[in-house]
Formats: sequence, structure tokens, C-alpha cells
Amino acid sequence: MVGPNLFINYGEAVAVILFGIGFSNLLLQKNLIKKIIGLNIMDTAIYLFLAEKGYIAGRVAPIVVDGVQEVEAYINPVPSGLVLTGIVVSVSVTAIMLSLTIRLYRRYHTLDLDEISMRLKKEGL
Amino acid sequence: MKEKKNNAFTRWFYGEEDTLLDKVEMKPQKEYAPREGEIRELMKEREMLREQIYDVEDNHKLRLFHKMYQIAAVIFCLTLISIMLVTVSWLPPNGDPDNPVNNEVSARYIESGLQETGAVNIVTGMILDYRAFDTFGESNVLFIATVTVLILLRLDKEKKALAKPGVPVYQKPVDELTIAKAQADDRVYEPKNDVILQKVAGFLVPIIIIFGIYVILNGHLSPGGGFSGGAIIGAGLILYLNAFGFEKTERFFTEKTYKWTCFFALTFYCLAKSYSFFTGANHLESGIPLGTPGAILSSGLILPLNICVGLVVACTMYAFYVLFRKGGF
Repeated sequence: MVGPNLFINYGEAVAVILFGIGFSNLLLQKNLIKKIIGLNIMDTAIYLFLAEKGYIAGRVAPIVVDGVQEVEAYINPVPSGLVLTGIVVSVSVTAIMLSLTIRLYRRYHTLDLDEISMRLKKEGL
Repeated sequence: MKEKKNNAFTRWFYGEEDTLLDKVEMKPQKEYAPREGEIRELMKEREMLREQIYDVEDNHKLRLFHKMYQIAAVIFCLTLISIMLVTVSWLPPNGDPDNPVNNEVSARYIESGLQETGAVNIVTGMILDYRAFDTFGESNVLFIATVTVLILLRLDKEKKALAKPGVPVYQKPVDELTIAKAQADDRVYEPKNDVILQKVAGFLVPIIIIFGIYVILNGHLSPGGGFSGGAIIGAGLILYLNAFGFEKTERFFTEKTYKWTCFFALTFYCLAKSYSFFTGANHLESGIPLGTPGAILSSGLILPLNICVGLVVACTMYAFYVLFRKGGF
């Protein structure tokens, strides 16, 4: 069942475990700020996974040095661009979630999601 | 020792005199103190809620649900991790040049990227030339995120209410927004006059901002580019704001500055790249010189586009900080 490359792909394995840690943080925490931290850990896991996918052993970063333009000299540049996109989206999503949390705190004076839902029920919403 | 400066502007610039003193009506800002009854009511309400929630006798169903939920969540996460670990173990080996990821697309970028875009840094050539509209979308995502945060956190509805003439301050309604505003606005405590922070910031901020500009301008030659350089400049601005307070930063960065910088940067990006893509798709001469690879003024549109992206990112970072700190520029 387990394939042959689990220990060769240790970078991807770490990324996957990190993703799981972030996801369990998202599910188990009641505090909204900690939930957001969990989502950010998941984002980081995705960056690590993409960076590992683009890596080729023994090659250097894709910046042309001394006019060498062989494919054998550089790593894959496409995942690097994808990580950049991911970082920007993650920053924006985090900012919007934090501002929504601030609004919730102003309304309910708590960050506990259970307490917020109880108050919502009490108000008949 | 220099002679006494008599120009009103220079005196204001060196902080010796406030030219608006005694000319406009100014009131010292009052420190916010919530009414005692409100606090007590809130505490009572919260205690009642807590009793309801954490009352084991009445709420054992809820407690059971929480326990089941936690167990289910842990099991679900462990299952997810093990499924993905099995998948990882079947992935092609890491670092192998024959992996399916390393296909003809990346080979094409590496082999002819320098000739087609003129950028020494292949990643920059990729994201600002081949996939420039993707990066345009990213800049717009940042801009839209700032606008959303501004909509969610701005507090100037009550500012207008406070400015209503003829009503004394103590008769004005204390609503949620006023409380939030008073809590968010920490300008009452300014200027902070933290000597260590101010000395270090005065030394570091120019270096940080110059380094950010260097990273942006060398985006096509070395690691870096608009996003990282803009983040560095934003960090420098935030440090300056923390050391010297809003009074100093509002001289050069207000909501208007943000608005117009983002507007011009995004519009220039869109127009320039549309022109470039239009001429490229129709096999026309775009007339944009690619220059010698490796020179600072080379690689066509990449340098101006990097500057646009850097401006948007720096403004966004600073705007996020200011909005989270006091809800409005």
C-alpha cells in the first residue's frame, strides 16, 4: 500500500503533515484568531509542497549566470511563480478574516465561537 | 548656530510652532472611559451565558456533542494525513530531472526566456512577461483586500455625528461605534517620544527603504522584485509610523495618497501590458526596446511593471497596518 518514495519525498511528507496540523487547528480551536493561525499554517504547507515539486537535485535557482541557458542548469521556474501567487492571496485572505474577527469582537465582546453562536441563538437570529 | 528662522513654513517644519494654533478651534481629546453600568451589564450577561454553556447538568447533550466533535475531528485529520502520506509515497522521487513536472513549458522558459523577455531572472521574466495578467490580478487582489478591510473597519460614521454643531459632547449618544473608535484611536497617547526607538528608526528607516527600492529596481537581475521589495518598503513605513506617530506620517501618506498611487500604478500596468500583449498577438512591432541583458535599464516593460507592483504592495502593507490600528487612514 505504501509506495516506494515516502522517504525520498520527505519534504512533501513534511508539507502534508504540516497541512494536517493546520487543518486540525482549524477544526479544534474555538478561538477565532487561532483558527486563522491554523489556516496560515495550511498555506505555508502548500508553499513548501510547491517549492519541493520545483526542486531538481544539483541545480541552481533560475537566474541566468554567464549566459548559460541549458535546461540542465536550472530548477523548474514555474512553481516559484505559483508560490508568489499563493503568498499574495494568503495575505489578502488573512487580512479580510482578521478584520471580520474584529467586527465580531466589537459586536459580541468575545472571540469564542461557541459563545458567539449562543448569543446569536439567544437573539433569535 | 544658525540665525533665527522667520519663515512660517520652516518654523512649522522644524516643529517650533503650530501655525494653526488659536486659529481653528481645537479640543483636547478625552480619554475613553466606559460607563460602569454598561460594564456590569455586560459582565452579568456573559456570566449568564457561561452558566448556560458550561452547565453540565442542563447541557450534557452539548458536552457530549463537543467530545464527539473533537474525537471526530482528530480522526478525520489523522485519516487525511495518512491518505496524503500514501499519495506522497507514490509521487515521483523528489529532485529527479525526469519528473513530469519538468516538462516543455519550463524548458521553454529557461531556454528562450532571456531572448524573449530580456530578464536575467527567469522567474521575473515569467511572472511579469509571459504571465503578466496573472500578476495584474494579484495586484488587484491586494487592492480589493485593502478596500474590503476599509469597508469593514472604517469608523467615520460616528465622526460625522460628533461633528454635528450645536450639541455638546456629553449629550452625544455613546454607541458601539464611538466606543470602538475611542478604543481604536490610540493617538491620545502621542507623541510617544520613545528615544531609543526614535534614534534607531531614524537610522534604520532610510536604509530599509533604500534596500526595498534596490530590490524592486533589480527585480529582473537578481532575486526579488515588486512583491518582496514592496513588502520591505511597507515594513520601513510601519517602523517609521511606530517611532514617530501619525502626525509625522500623515504629512506624506493619507488616504488620498493611497488612492491615487494604487489607481495610477494599476492603470499604468493594465494599459502597458494590454498594449504589449496586443502588439505581440498581432505580430506587430511594439517598439519597446529589450536592451542588453544584465543592464539595469533593460528587459522592456518588466522594470516599470515591477515598480508599479512594488508601489501597490508597499501601500497595501502600510494601509493594512493603519486600518487595523485605528480604522481609517
